[in-house]
Amino acid sequence: MGVSIEVTNLNAWYGTNHTLQEINLDIPANHATALIGPSGCGKSTFVRCLNRMHETNPIARVTGTVLIGGLDIYADAKPVEIRRRVGMVFQRPNPFPTMSIYDNVAAGLKLNGYSNHKVLDEIVEKSLKNSALWEEVKDELKKKSGASLSGGQQQRLCIARALAVDPEVLLMDEPASALDPVSTSKIEDLIFQLKSQYTIVIVTHNMQQAARVAEKTGFFLNGRMVEFDSTHKIFTNPSDKRTEDYITGRFG
Amino acid sequence: MTRIRFQQSLEELKEQLLVMAGLAEQSIQRAVEAYRVRDLSICNLVSISEMAINRLEREIDQAALDLLAMEQPMAVDLRFILSVIKINADLERVGDAAKSISDRVRSMEQMAQADLPVDIPRMAELAEEMVRKSLQSFIEGDADLARSILTMDDAVDAMNRAAYKALTKVMEEQSHLAPQALNALMISRALERVADHATNIAEDVIFWVQGDDVRHHKSLKTAPDPYIIE
Repeated sequence: MGVSIEVTNLNAWYGTNHTLQEINLDIPANHATALIGPSGCGKSTFVRCLNRMHETNPIARVTGTVLIGGLDIYADAKPVEIRRRVGMVFQRPNPFPTMSIYDNVAAGLKLNGYSNHKVLDEIVEKSLKNSALWEEVKDELKKKSGASLSGGQQQRLCIARALAVDPEVLLMDEPASALDPVSTSKIEDLIFQLKSQYTIVIVTHNMQQAARVAEKTGFFLNGRMVEFDSTHKIFTNPSDKRTEDYITGRFG
Repeated sequence: MTRIRFQQSLEELKEQLLVMAGLAEQSIQRAVEAYRVRDLSICNLVSISEMAINRLEREIDQAALDLLAMEQPMAVDLRFILSVIKINADLERVGDAAKSISDRVRSMEQMAQADLPVDIPRMAELAEEMVRKSLQSFIEGDADLARSILTMDDAVDAMNRAAYKALTKVMEEQSHLAPQALNALMISRALERVADHATNIAEDVIFWVQGDDVRHHKSLKTAPDPYIIE
């Protein structure tokens, strides 16, 4: 099941660049939450702070508190443990190119010490079913490589890979921006199904996509979160003039 | 400022609706004038305007549909386009009401003049004022002006109820005046509808400008759940 995320006074830097400033945000469990804003506003940095990926850059720094399911991820947990609990899907699908479809999904499990083939088979099947890819690949699981799939299938493979380690949160950074409309629809349908089991945070430039899949939406601008409210409110009658100007295309 | 073409298209849509508004307002004025002076040539003008209004209704809906499909508007722009679509429909109905009044004037041409207990010119004055103010609130994006119109509707409703009571009495007691009384009743009803459309327009202006849905605010608290009603 998904868990809630509580962010308090979060600040992030790249070198001297203060890229996130005083972010306070409660992301509800088992919902999809969209983050929107112009390029460079800090929304991708924000999601990278939710699984401690931001700090992998040597000049990056983070302060503040992030509680995921009540666990303080900067004080009480190791990054590897956090990344198991918080899966991530990137803009460009990045399957391991030489591995089979099966091995792509099982990779994270094997890293975590799973070796029982029966268990692995079950989890791979479940993950591919959850990512709506099973029916398309079930006959060639070990024959085809991840790289031989279409872009949309590769992205769903990456989602299956993220789901295989049974995370509580799924972060998606522009997961459909490199995909055609049909593949995009499949990813959006998938997000809709997955949020009953996971807490989903999706960064998107496509505002219609945010409106379609998310119950809550946050608008970031210049490293600050300007407004966070129900998606309905943000897209029909936002409270802040800057949000309205951005979503109506008056700047950005 | 970005999306310059889209902003221009919104301005053009507003201008189209203002042409529609001008025609509808003029039609109702002319229909009432035709009633006042019993002039059939004015009725002809109302009929011609009604056809132009119908044509414009389709053009405005098409333009609004194109913007929804092509531009995926959000927030104030989305509310504006939705309001335009609804105001467009209300203005078309104002045109219909004007035509309906002018049709009654035509039929009255065959009848003897009668002194009836109904003040159609006063009622028309109020309804026209509501239309004028509601359109002014649209032109200026003035939600306060729009809100001031909502209470005016009660006065027109009251006049229509009084007309119904007085005119049905005429029909009962002076049956030879029944055709004239029926005509006057239909005109009163048409004017009451015009006031309703002006109210709708004012509500749509409030929604566009402030995002508040103020429709049916008096009766909402006691309204039954539509999904479980028998």
